[in-house]
Amino acid sequence: MWGKLSLQAIPLHEPIALIAGGTVFAALGAILIWVALKGYIPYLWREWITSVDHKRIGIMYVLLALVMLLRGFSDALMMRAQQAVAFQAPGFLPPEHYDQIFTAHGTIMIFFVAMPLVIGLMNFVVPLQLGVRDVAFPTLNSVGFWLTAAGALLVNLSLVVGEFARTGWLAFPPLSEITYSPGVGVDYYLWSLQISGIGTLMTGINMVTTILKVRAPGMSYMRMPIFCWTSLASSLLIVAAFPVLTATLGMLLLDRYAGFHFFTNLAGGNAMMFMNLIWAWGHPEVYILALPAFGVFSEVVPTFSGKALFGRRSVVMATMGICILSFTVWLHHFFTMGAGGDVNGFFGIASMIIAVPTGVKVFNWLFTMYGGRVRYDTPMLWSIAFMVTFVIGGMTGVLLASPAADFLLHNSLFLVAHFHNVIIGAVLFGGFAGYAYWFPKAFGFRLDETLGKAAFWCWLIGFYVAFGPLYVLGFEGMTRRMQHYDRPEWHPWLLLAGAGALIILCGIALQIAQLAVSIRNRAQLRDATGDPWDGRSLEWATLSPPPAFNFAVLPLVAGPDPHWDFKERAREPNHPSREEPVYEPIEMPRNSATGFVTAFLAVVTGFSLIWHIWWAVILGLSGAYATFVVFAWRDLADTVIPAGEVARLDHASRATRVAALTAEVLR
Amino acid sequence: MSSQVLRAPPVSYPDYRVAHATNASQASGHGAGGPAPKRIVVGYGFWIFLLSDVILFSALFASYAVLFKNTAGGPTARQLFDLRNVAIETGCLLASTFACGMASLAVARRSLKWTQIALLITGFLGLAFVLLEAREFAGLVAHGAGPTRSAFLSSFFTLVGCHGAHVTSGLIWLATMMAQFRAKGFREDIRLRFLCFTLFWHALDIIWVAIFSLVYLVGTLPPQMLP
Repeated sequence: MWGKLSLQAIPLHEPIALIAGGTVFAALGAILIWVALKGYIPYLWREWITSVDHKRIGIMYVLLALVMLLRGFSDALMMRAQQAVAFQAPGFLPPEHYDQIFTAHGTIMIFFVAMPLVIGLMNFVVPLQLGVRDVAFPTLNSVGFWLTAAGALLVNLSLVVGEFARTGWLAFPPLSEITYSPGVGVDYYLWSLQISGIGTLMTGINMVTTILKVRAPGMSYMRMPIFCWTSLASSLLIVAAFPVLTATLGMLLLDRYAGFHFFTNLAGGNAMMFMNLIWAWGHPEVYILALPAFGVFSEVVPTFSGKALFGRRSVVMATMGICILSFTVWLHHFFTMGAGGDVNGFFGIASMIIAVPTGVKVFNWLFTMYGGRVRYDTPMLWSIAFMVTFVIGGMTGVLLASPAADFLLHNSLFLVAHFHNVIIGAVLFGGFAGYAYWFPKAFGFRLDETLGKAAFWCWLIGFYVAFGPLYVLGFEGMTRRMQHYDRPEWHPWLLLAGAGALIILCGIALQIAQLAVSIRNRAQLRDATGDPWDGRSLEWATLSPPPAFNFAVLPLVAGPDPHWDFKERAREPNHPSREEPVYEPIEMPRNSATGFVTAFLAVVTGFSLIWHIWWAVILGLSGAYATFVVFAWRDLADTVIPAGEVARLDHASRATRVAALTAEVLR
Repeated sequence: MSSQVLRAPPVSYPDYRVAHATNASQASGHGAGGPAPKRIVVGYGFWIFLLSDVILFSALFASYAVLFKNTAGGPTARQLFDLRNVAIETGCLLASTFACGMASLAVARRSLKWTQIALLITGFLGLAFVLLEAREFAGLVAHGAGPTRSAFLSSFFTLVGCHGAHVTSGLIWLATMMAQFRAKGFREDIRLRFLCFTLFWHALDIIWVAIFSLVYLVGTLPPQMLP
């Protein structure tokens, strides 16, 4: 009846996992009970859970990322603590638990923190920057988000029911095969990634279609904001790379569930084929994450320098160049496979070449700042920190791209330091820059600057203290994923790295405090004009937060910095933009529970597959089919907002804008 | 270059809807005329999905190519493949695509009767294909050449089986589509969905042509002709 599931699945012998999981689910339960008692459930259901509004979905993506960041960071703290104390001692984490923690840390940070963070920003910002009212497929967007959330839930379920994989974040075979990992850990890993991967693919398809086919009148390709360009490149990579991940994990699933021999040691299986396939997805994935972050910096740097982006066309070329080159470097993840000098030479050179377009961009950002009137608000601080940090990470990457050096540094802590240097330096700093930059647009008030800057400095200093020592340790020969060690010269560096993690912890605590304080002081931090940073692109041309339909009348675009040019011209007293526009009724998509229901059924199906509860699998899949039929059968897809309502919402916004502009002209 | 944002003159875009213009709009989506009509947006999005599906298959083709000779002492492709059965399968699938094209014509002429007849023929031919494939698979398993026998057979069953699973889900979609035509008639959203279905069905043919050539034809070549 219940497959492999029994009461033994609750890890009573692993108190740390049980307490952690128990705390997570108790907190979740407490929040749910509080929400229910306050009577917020109808509001949440109507305005958020069933919403197909790209802004709401974007916000939920970012929220998911930030919550999962806490989970992933707890894992990081435990690893740092374990390595700080496990010198000639077993430490406090037994090996089988330590292995689960580093696997969960990597999986969560990439798939459930970095991905939702960049996809959330893309979702929120891209339609606003394109000057349109929603993405191409709003309901599909909602389904994509909820499937990602379903995957995240499954990963967290593994804390309290069963176990997580002990294989490292990419589950390399033959270790991840049923022979060597007979438990449900790898199955949790595989099914949560398959489910969230489908969600990611949906988002990629949606974004490509939106950016290429749904833009405001007059927005030609070269007038598109750079964030939209990088989102396009990232989404194209999702469409081209995620099916490879799905296929590869599918093959591993067949090996585990049906006795196939793709990657086994027996019957002709080829484990190195897994490396090739998974990294054919994995390296583009690096750029799926990094490119939108580059886009954020390309928006933030011009805004806070008061200048147009330097060499706009070259940034676009560099972005698309990276998009293509990212598929030609995957083998540098396993030079030690022994493919021979020619193959390693090719991929080594390709890996060095891909640093060139990235270098072009760094100069673009620097020259944008040069001669500008630079304002050092939090988003700009993150951007400058990124430029320094990412250049260091990039240079260690070029070092690793040399196969001869890679043979010595492969799987050492030098590698760990390198990829944290680029991923934290680009993706996380970019995500935080975007979070601070677009927060006022999303909620109508700015974040507290003092706490934001304090959090920034803790993060920056903590990052260097935590990861600088790992470079040294890599040179001293320490490999990654060690549960304990007996080399005295490593110990002080690991203590230092642990201290760095604690400084980052202060940064995270300050970020939580910043959010709480900003919500409390939202009246003082209110953004009345919708343009708190003196921005340049179209998202600043509407209210903060924007109405459901984004723009009361569609903007007409005639240049690459439309809102900036608009402000320049609107300073003329009788400019036509001060006239009252003619309002039209607007059709918007209706809410849909399809995404939420699909995700619920995906959790049921995934959980049952993990525990071999076959009848529930059939139930879940039939339910999913029924959900789609119900969705396909609906007669009313859109709801109409009458012209009068559009006018009423727009009047308030226009009044504050005209007042702000007049005040500026008078000054 | 001087640039400006003006309000869009409402006379030029009377049909602008959420993210789509209606089909009356001539906008291509290239920037000049604003958002493209829904017909273009839906078709385009589905093409992108099909591309991603093709990439999924390309990963399976690649693994088949890598594992082709890893027979682990078990039967080889040449010993197992029956080209006669595959020829009948191919005939069924191609004829079913032809019937699907007929259904498109019937939808264009708004003939419910001929639409349903053509779709029924499409479905029966597709079902025949799936049954023939299932019989081939059952035969292989019965002769001890199931997917667990060798890495070669694992990759063969996965590649061809993945295509078969696509056809099967296409059949479920087709049945749902017929019910929708019956219940909703030729409404715009139903026709767009049907457009996506025809694209899907034709794309499965393209995949099958690749399977037929690269798996079955190459697989039955004499060993000295293989690379």
